[in-house]
Amino acid sequence: MRKKDFDVVIVGAGPAGLAAGYVLAKAKVNVAIIERGTFPGSKNVMGGIFYRKALDDLMPDFYKEAPLERHIIEQKLWLISEDSVFSTGIRSEKFNKEPYNCFSVFRAKFDKWFAQKVQEAGALIINETVVKDPIVENGKVVGVRTDRPDGDLYCDCVIAADGVNSFLAKSLGLREKITPNKVAIAVKEIIGLPENVINDRFGVSNDSEGVTIEITGPYFEGMETMAFIYTNKNSVSIGVGTIIEDIIEHKVNPNDLIEKFKTHPSIAPLIAGGETKEYLAHMIPEGGYYAVPKLYTDGFMVTGDAAMLVNSVHREGSNLAIESGKLAARTYLEAREKGDFSAKSLSAYQTKMEESFVLKDLKMYRNLPHLLEEKRYLLTKYPQLIIDSMYNIYNVDGVSKPDKIKAIKERLKKDFGYWNLAKDMFTLWRKLG
Amino acid sequence: MIKQDITQYKNVWVFIEHNEGKIERVSLELLSKGAELAKDLGCEVCAFTVGDKVEQFAKEVGEYGAKKFYIIENPVLKEYRTEPWRDAIVYLIDKYKPEVALIGATTLGRDLAGTVATKLSAGLTADTTALDIDPSNKNLLMTRPTFGGNLMATIFCPDNRPQMSTVRPGVFKAVKNPTKPEIIKEKYDITEDKIVKKIIEKVQTGEEKVNLSFYEVIVAGGKGMGKKENLKLLEDLANVLGGTWAVSRKVVQAGWAPQSRQVGQTGQTVHPKIYIAAGISGAVQHVAGMKSSDIIIAINTDPEAPIFEVATYGIVGDCLQVLPKMTEMFKQKLVK
Amino acid sequence: MHSLVFIKQVPDAAQVRVDYETGTLIREGVPAIINPFDTHAIEAAVQIKDKFGGSVSVLCMGPPMADEALKKALAMGADNVFLLSDRVFAGSDTLATSYALWAGAQKVIQEVGPVDIFWAGKQAIDGDTAQTGPGIATRFDVPLVTYAVEIKEVDPQARKIKIVRLLEGGTETVEVPMPCLITTEETLNHIRFAPLPYLIKAARTPVVLLNSSNTTIDASQCGLKNSPTKVKKAFTPPKRERGEMIEGSLDEIVNTVYAKIEPMLKQLGKV
Repeated sequence: MRKKDFDVVIVGAGPAGLAAGYVLAKAKVNVAIIERGTFPGSKNVMGGIFYRKALDDLMPDFYKEAPLERHIIEQKLWLISEDSVFSTGIRSEKFNKEPYNCFSVFRAKFDKWFAQKVQEAGALIINETVVKDPIVENGKVVGVRTDRPDGDLYCDCVIAADGVNSFLAKSLGLREKITPNKVAIAVKEIIGLPENVINDRFGVSNDSEGVTIEITGPYFEGMETMAFIYTNKNSVSIGVGTIIEDIIEHKVNPNDLIEKFKTHPSIAPLIAGGETKEYLAHMIPEGGYYAVPKLYTDGFMVTGDAAMLVNSVHREGSNLAIESGKLAARTYLEAREKGDFSAKSLSAYQTKMEESFVLKDLKMYRNLPHLLEEKRYLLTKYPQLIIDSMYNIYNVDGVSKPDKIKAIKERLKKDFGYWNLAKDMFTLWRKLG
Repeated sequence: MIKQDITQYKNVWVFIEHNEGKIERVSLELLSKGAELAKDLGCEVCAFTVGDKVEQFAKEVGEYGAKKFYIIENPVLKEYRTEPWRDAIVYLIDKYKPEVALIGATTLGRDLAGTVATKLSAGLTADTTALDIDPSNKNLLMTRPTFGGNLMATIFCPDNRPQMSTVRPGVFKAVKNPTKPEIIKEKYDITEDKIVKKIIEKVQTGEEKVNLSFYEVIVAGGKGMGKKENLKLLEDLANVLGGTWAVSRKVVQAGWAPQSRQVGQTGQTVHPKIYIAAGISGAVQHVAGMKSSDIIIAINTDPEAPIFEVATYGIVGDCLQVLPKMTEMFKQKLVK
Repeated sequence: MHSLVFIKQVPDAAQVRVDYETGTLIREGVPAIINPFDTHAIEAAVQIKDKFGGSVSVLCMGPPMADEALKKALAMGADNVFLLSDRVFAGSDTLATSYALWAGAQKVIQEVGPVDIFWAGKQAIDGDTAQTGPGIATRFDVPLVTYAVEIKEVDPQARKIKIVRLLEGGTETVEVPMPCLITTEETLNHIRFAPLPYLIKAARTPVVLLNSSNTTIDASQCGLKNSPTKVKKAFTPPKRERGEMIEGSLDEIVNTVYAKIEPMLKQLGKV
């Protein structure tokens, strides 16, 4: 019989891989996690908001000891144009009570801590090693080949958690080549500021309360862009993510986008006087439900970003990753009972995912990426209309309110046409409802 | 820590490093500096060394101001070996109790100082670039670069004697100040069979020892020189300017030049009047070894190269064109 | 053959920057690495083990986070790793450090067995003193061979080793009996890309923690208070301002440069 080094080899020590590793190690499975970075987290990047729930199910009260920055008590959405901002959002004292909803985090610190927990549970984490290929025998994945000498590892099952560019999922034919309309590039800067300055500027009372601002609108010139500002303890994360197709079409450089964004009259005061401490860039899968590949094959399951599991509307990713890692691990445990790691047996993972919030949420927004691709004006014209209308209504200039409303109606008619407006509203309602 | 009676310790001692019958220049530099310190302390600067025939150095150490010359002569001490030299030196220091002992921060000096200081339980500061006496308590203040020259630290040693330091060559000037030193010759019994370390062979690496810190003009090249043969362009310009040539670590790693020509954290630290950096990107490790040069001229094709951050004058261009042009033009100007 | 390698975890010098306003180093976000010279010491010890059998132990003194350096040493092929970590060591100078490492090594010897070769990097890139290795050799009273660039011959039967070491302007080959202490230059070897089984073993091997209570270390010889040398002040050297870019044709550039440096050349008596 062929040697077996581990029961399960997980590729990638991000949230998906670590969650899977944690569940397996807790169940006394002999599991190894192969990470390409110098330590878990060293190469991991995200906007910086981490939702508690998915991990809390695995590690109750983890947030009490994990290295987190601030818990988020206010989430804002801004529509911005060159000179204006329309702001909406939710701030609630309910968010200010344990066990909290979400947190700002630094992945380098947080993943390292998470990895420590997973190691303590009994998983082996092997750093600075790159998985080059799956080892396939008789059509079945039986291990991985790494870039190290004597680098083959054999196992019952491989769980791919190797990120948006997942080489494994691609080489096994589960995933198609990523097209530029299905992935965004996000550039992000960490800007250092004193704690009290952040508290004052963002209106929170201490360094454990935080605020997030998601920003889109006509300012980004019709590109499908979502920018953000998140508060950390003594820095803010500021980033701009844009669909790559738009970057190419508009011939812009993502670095220029963030540089320009930082000078916007409503953004600049938030970061004034800060010093850029870190600069990061990352690809984000934005294809939504239809981009999610088949999640399994013989001896193989794919999780997290590798399976394109990102809910871009709600900028959720790490919680989907954790949930998928958890479900993949549970599927393995069931398969082990039967001693069957075939595709048929592992298809239970797909079912679990369909039943979970992960695919349900993505399914709800399944048509949105396509819709936005078709109708880019939804990102510019309507927000511009909202901004202008709000400005007009609030601007006291001697024009009566009924006349103002009339002017807005006329503009609607002229710019969109009532029929088109009704159509857009109906489509949005259908696609999101 | 053992409490010492530090009042018993007196005078500034300078170790005379010698090789093949010649004194290392840094030892003479330290005699001159030692004389200044001795003046501040109200004591004498003395030389000391061990070896086979070392009494012959008395004349030269006298020329540079040594009032006394403590020596141990023994044929087995002819060539430097850490342990017997250490034991002989510890014997001298234990017996005569200098309050300061300075050693050149050469390969030999740094090998020797650490082991001598440990035997003596003395405080030792490495690679010092400035020495002063604290006027309030007469402690020696030793200032040295750390973190590759990013941070300077002033170290002192309040309760232990001798206060030892290795001192970087080329920092102080050797100034003649003739005296006739009193020679104090100690006997130290040691025989070859007691020494476990044997020297099998010594090899000179072809070119003579280069002490880059002697030169006021250095023309240095990096990986941007393209290939080994092009290093000749450095030498040509250095010759015209009456200086010497040097290289970055990458050039040494590529095998184009010996390590003895390397400037930087793992090579030599230099501070010439004019430093020309050709095709050197300016990694922190390199900059640490040359940033105290008076004038830095950087030539690099990449306008973003970090070397321009420290350059007095920056030239964006190909060093393979700029260097020969400089040589040609400077030759005309300097011949006049 | 049992090798014991002394290593230090240091901030990656290439990424340390200076805050000129406060005159301090910015260490935040700077990754900690094994002192580069020490990695060559580990590699040399592992190569000896591969050739002659035996084991490699590694001892590191530092804060608890230095266990990462030891994990890395394991991944390079070390077998047993020890972290000497205790508040009583804080502020130790090189004399106190060599004492603590020597005393900590006694525990390693007790646990793993007598040492044939002690190793250390020639110096640490943060302190640059090159004193700790010689200090440890002195305390063990074993021959010291600094600046090793080649391990020429190891004779386990005669218990002798021939080493080529760097001198200024040349090299010398010395022969010493074992045990001895060798400090390593970068050119001693190339760090291999470690095979995967080393990394798996590393992930399974725990870091053994040593402190003043589970060793025979005498706290009265450690730490800032018991170090003969003290830091009076630390400061940053004046910042070098970015200078002037010289532009124009090649002839113009070289002429301008000449005009700029002519006063200096005159001062040097070269014109």
